[in-house]
Amino acid sequence: MSKKLLSGPYLLWMIGFTIIPLALIVFYGLTDKEGVFTLENILAIATPEHRKALWLSLGLSLVSTVFCLVLAYPLAMILRKRNIGKGSFVVFIFILPMWMNFLLRTLAWQTLLEKNGVINGILSFLHLPAQSLINTPGAIILGMVYNFLPFMVLPIYNVLCKIDDNTINAAQDLGANFFQTLIRIWFPLSVPGIISGITMVFVPALTTFVISNLLGGSKILLIGNVIEQEFTRGSNWNLGSGLSLVLMIFILISMALIAKYDKNGEGTAF
Amino acid sequence: MKRTKDSLKRVVENFYLVIILIFLYAPIATMAVLSFNNSKSRTQWGGFTLKWYLEMFESSATIDALTNTLFIAFASSLIATVIGTAAAIAINSMKKTTKTIIMGITNIPMLNADIVTGISLMLAFIAFGISLGFQTILIAHITFNIPYVILSVMPKLKQTSKSTYEAALDLGASPLYAFFKVVFPDILPGVLSGFLLAFTMSLDDFIITHFTRGAGINTLSTLIYSEVRRGIKPSMYALSSIIFVTVLVLLIITNFAPNHKKGGEMI
Repeated sequence: MSKKLLSGPYLLWMIGFTIIPLALIVFYGLTDKEGVFTLENILAIATPEHRKALWLSLGLSLVSTVFCLVLAYPLAMILRKRNIGKGSFVVFIFILPMWMNFLLRTLAWQTLLEKNGVINGILSFLHLPAQSLINTPGAIILGMVYNFLPFMVLPIYNVLCKIDDNTINAAQDLGANFFQTLIRIWFPLSVPGIISGITMVFVPALTTFVISNLLGGSKILLIGNVIEQEFTRGSNWNLGSGLSLVLMIFILISMALIAKYDKNGEGTAF
Repeated sequence: MKRTKDSLKRVVENFYLVIILIFLYAPIATMAVLSFNNSKSRTQWGGFTLKWYLEMFESSATIDALTNTLFIAFASSLIATVIGTAAAIAINSMKKTTKTIIMGITNIPMLNADIVTGISLMLAFIAFGISLGFQTILIAHITFNIPYVILSVMPKLKQTSKSTYEAALDLGASPLYAFFKVVFPDILPGVLSGFLLAFTMSLDDFIITHFTRGAGINTLSTLIYSEVRRGIKPSMYALSSIIFVTVLVLLIITNFAPNHKKGGEMI
């Protein structure tokens, strides 16, 4: 009985600093400046400017998520096979970059991608034509993949490590080739990790405003940039909250997917 | 024939691992190189210098931001670890339905977008009448750190057997004594990894701090962000390189010390 009391501070904290704040966003999103109920802030997503930002965000974050998945899955398979240091070392490699500030790491890509930057330097050394890399949607995708790849690798790696070697050996003994094993054994068994990875990449990529700011120049506006500007510059908090509510639809879909496919929390990143 | 195929496969795999590692660490290497660059430009190499390493100690704004960052990271992850560990113990002893609901709430800050968490906290602080500043950053960081602790401690708690704790109680130990003697040593790796994870997340956070800080207070992230337009001072690269190398050395020591038994799950 007394054990349950231990959750008291936590529950109070979560009500005060998670539930009530989210309720406030809903309140602001559904009212105007005088506090009168309106749907205007949510319908504002349909204006051409906002719709364009939302579509662009959806497009870029989908592409980044696909890239992350395609890069991460084979990586997780290799890491599982090598079994380096039994897990901790793998996490170590992917967490370590976070100790150098996220903004600085992203700024470093500016240096690498710039017109006179490192990558173009290498290209001209090889007598290849210089590419314009910075301030393009491609640069934003690169920044997203770079920043969020660990959140795809770790959950997939964690579920792959739980697959019994005997299951795979059995499939191969029964004559399955590599692709059959991949589709019939690896993929179905790693669904919790894949779903968890997809949401952990898609949600931050969809809502980022920093990566687009640093690598996309000021011309490319994502929905995250629009919301950030409403709160810091435009100071129309109701509109900002309304647009956030639209984003929360995508977040809720992600949560529902996790609840459905990762019931036991197997696919957690850490 | 099979052997050449296997070794070819191994070469391809190694190549892939190296490419990914280069991708992950190239920006960090770039920052480290720039911290020794005599020219202020981010693209021109102006010769080797150590002046940025000396200059960083002279800027009071940088030192203030560093102190704030480290203090907030330490305090928030410590408080989150205490609240989170207690919560995990309680959640673990709950019925399945209650457990599912509470774990659902726990997942909110992790799955929610940082921008939404940041904005919602900012609105709440203003509604509660808490003035934006140091304390609001601290509260915000504790909020997003608690789930990392709970999710690190829960798996360890599931592995501990109830009977050892009950045996300790039967032998006359008080619940508190039994907890610290029997349960706590078992879950300690989870508690430590939760703390370290929380610390790392707090240190690396920009978005939530951006919305919950008041004027006149900066962490390293917000200071860097405000410098982006004017151009980052190379002393920031120097500072970050020092932090990075320090952590690298510390983690190598704790993870690969020859006689470690439990240290393998530090992060």
